[in-house]
Amino acid sequence: MFVNQFLILAAVLFCIGVYGVIARKNGVMVLMAIELILNAVNLNLVAFSMRNGSVDGQTFALFVIAVAAAEVGVGLSLVLLIYRNRRTISLDDLSEMKG
Amino acid sequence: MLIAQNIGFAIIAAVMIVGAIRVVTTNNVVHGALWLVVVLAGAAAQYILLAAEFVAVTQVLVYIGAVMVLFLFGTMLTRSRIGRDSGLNNTYWKLGIPVALALFAAMAIALIDSFGSEKMPSDGAIVSTQQISDQIFGPYLLPFWALSFVLLAAVIGAIVLARKD
Repeated sequence: MFVNQFLILAAVLFCIGVYGVIARKNGVMVLMAIELILNAVNLNLVAFSMRNGSVDGQTFALFVIAVAAAEVGVGLSLVLLIYRNRRTISLDDLSEMKG
Repeated sequence: MLIAQNIGFAIIAAVMIVGAIRVVTTNNVVHGALWLVVVLAGAAAQYILLAAEFVAVTQVLVYIGAVMVLFLFGTMLTRSRIGRDSGLNNTYWKLGIPVALALFAAMAIALIDSFGSEKMPSDGAIVSTQQISDQIFGPYLLPFWALSFVLLAAVIGAIVLARKD
């Protein structure tokens, strides 16, 4: 197994996630794309953990998983709140803070 | 052994990439969530291939178990159209394609330049769950505490935000 095969797979997932964040309008779909990005990072961390033969990478991956869970919880409750106030979760319609 | 690992990697990687592309292109929010399950399960399989069983099991429990339920509830509660919905993309969504391709080109060049054909150590010691817990409750104890407070704050914040006054 090459080191690069895992790193390039993670890069592909990361770029697909970035495309999703840019292209999507629905708030829930944007959160899903962010999950793709976080998973790509996790894959990198675990791959480097094996390459260096150290435990630190896996420890960091676990931390990232926990932070991602917190992020999804807060993010979805924000989306819920926006929906309750605006009856839409289209992120294009939220332009009050535009200068 | 090594050939079997590579074939497994290739199959799982192909499934993951197809799933990820479907997540960002599908016109159906529920289908997007289910394709995301495919990607997350593929990531768990890659962790097992990388001899990281504990991370793989945590991935299945936390992501496929908890986060997906959150996503499906979010879809239901916001009454996103169950079924096809043509309004999921921005008007300028095509801008994302060159950005993603340029980003990938930059990362691929950097990765190939710095790692080339370096191989994974084939005799790497398997990391046991005990070692991970020794790390978390040893040198990483302070970040672990901080993370506990982050989770607590996130849970309370989510309840405060989502409750009806």
